[in-house]
Amino acid sequence: MLKINPPEKWIETGLFMAAVVSAVAIVSILLLLIYFCLPLFSGNGLSRVFSWRWQPIDGQFGILPMCAGSLALSILALGIAFPPAIGICTLVHVLSRGVFARIVLILTHFMTGIPTVIYGFVSVFVLVPRIRSLSEAGTGFSLLTAAITLAILILPTIVLVCYTRLEQLDPVLRLASAAMGFTPIQQMRHVLMPAATKGVAAAAILGLGRAMGDTLISLMLAGNAAQFPGSLFTSFRSLTAHIGLVVATDSQSLAYQSVFAAGLVLFLLVAALNLIIRKTDNRITANAFLRVQETRHEQNF
Amino acid sequence: MKTDTRYRWILYFTVAMMVVAASSGMVSAASVDSFAGMEGTISIAGGTAHIPVMNDAAKAVMTAHPKIRITVEGGGSGIGVQKVGEGLVDIGNTGRPLSKEEIAKYGLQSYAFALDGVAVVIHPENPVSGLSAQQVRDIFAGSVTNWKEVGGKDGAIHLFTRDEASGTREVFWGNLLNKGAIASSANVVASNGAMKVAVAQDKAAIGYAGIGHVDKSVKAVILDGVMPSQENAMNGTYPVTRKLYMNTKGEPGKLVKTFIDYILGPEGTALSQKHGYLPLQ
Repeated sequence: MLKINPPEKWIETGLFMAAVVSAVAIVSILLLLIYFCLPLFSGNGLSRVFSWRWQPIDGQFGILPMCAGSLALSILALGIAFPPAIGICTLVHVLSRGVFARIVLILTHFMTGIPTVIYGFVSVFVLVPRIRSLSEAGTGFSLLTAAITLAILILPTIVLVCYTRLEQLDPVLRLASAAMGFTPIQQMRHVLMPAATKGVAAAAILGLGRAMGDTLISLMLAGNAAQFPGSLFTSFRSLTAHIGLVVATDSQSLAYQSVFAAGLVLFLLVAALNLIIRKTDNRITANAFLRVQETRHEQNF
Repeated sequence: MKTDTRYRWILYFTVAMMVVAASSGMVSAASVDSFAGMEGTISIAGGTAHIPVMNDAAKAVMTAHPKIRITVEGGGSGIGVQKVGEGLVDIGNTGRPLSKEEIAKYGLQSYAFALDGVAVVIHPENPVSGLSAQQVRDIFAGSVTNWKEVGGKDGAIHLFTRDEASGTREVFWGNLLNKGAIASSANVVASNGAMKVAVAQDKAAIGYAGIGHVDKSVKAVILDGVMPSQENAMNGTYPVTRKLYMNTKGEPGKLVKTFIDYILGPEGTALSQKHGYLPLQ
């Protein structure tokens, strides 16, 4: 006992320190961003940064088109990635659990390791010309191009988180529903998915967060025109790409300071999304729990 | 067996050390040697187009002579003039010649070391081969939107421009567009390389790139009858160029002078060319 105790203490202290360091890091990033944004609050800096026009030549430094761009891009990417992700989960969890499922899972794991720049690069040569031929007005560098590529990027994240949650479910659920004559699809729809709602929501949050934080895909594929993303085929700029493009400019200019505002908005946007989805997630989870209870109840009868 | 492996590791280690020694020896060869025996600091600030060249030069010098410290900051040409004029830095970089007032006020000396020229580029299959400066201005302002209006096929013009921090953009915008507007619907790419890839793929595209970067994948547009070539840029007939300058306050000290000579010498010229600029000779 005496021998085990000191290392355990060290481990405990070590873990506590690690937790403190990460918490402090997050808080200080937020504080630093706010500190760098302070100059904007003097004069009319704030109204100039939170406007719809980015035209540095005329002294217009609005980042709102980029905020809209980031939101549109990440929501669209999640919309494209989510249905196939659930499809893949259904396939590997209930439809085919043999060698084929294992191969699909290995492929999905492999996809998480592919560097973003590869997706971007391949898309420039494969997807951009096809999107360009679809629409007369666009150059192929557009909301749709970036969203499709980003969807491929976040797909494995969503699949793996969902799948892990499904695998953790009580096997009784599956066996019981199968015994009641549910087809695999019905098991998934009426029993397993409702029971795993929390995991599915967590997967969606992770996917959305990753989509919103990604810089390279939108920098390479979105076209980066500082305008409102009015259609699927217009060129637009995300907040992350905006930071990447402007950060190298003259550090005295308002353009440079707007980068910190963009960073702060991005930070708050991701935090807010997390909070909102967490709140609804609790409600959904509660509902799902009740539904599962009902299902179990029905099974008991 | 055991000793055998150990010897082999010693052999590997020795070979690795020899490779390291040889490669560091290569860096210190040629004109970096002129810094031999010197120590001190050189501070540099100003033009952003200069930064890649200055950084590479600083790295080469500091690797060979650890007692020399060189700091490189940006800020833009205006900052470069101010800082060197007030004596805050040793070298102030500008992407434009100094004005008479600046020279008179601070007593500055200029050293031009490279030429930065920008060509308008289009897809190689585009039938258009020449444009007037006014046509280019109209296209980039967004008032001409169809290739038919400038002698090409019927179809929308796809605009490509560079990011706000780009020196290439500054030359193009200042010397060719006369600081006119660029349509906000223009696509923005982050490098000369990305510009080439984008324009090479899109038959309706128009963009611009440093002359040093133009190759067969894109077509350089003849501007007002002048081909944007290295020769025309250097003899002054092609107008969309600027020289890159280093400026010092009065006569530079020995260390700073050696650095300037290094940038002007063959090794510095090679660095300039590596980053897409044209040599002055």
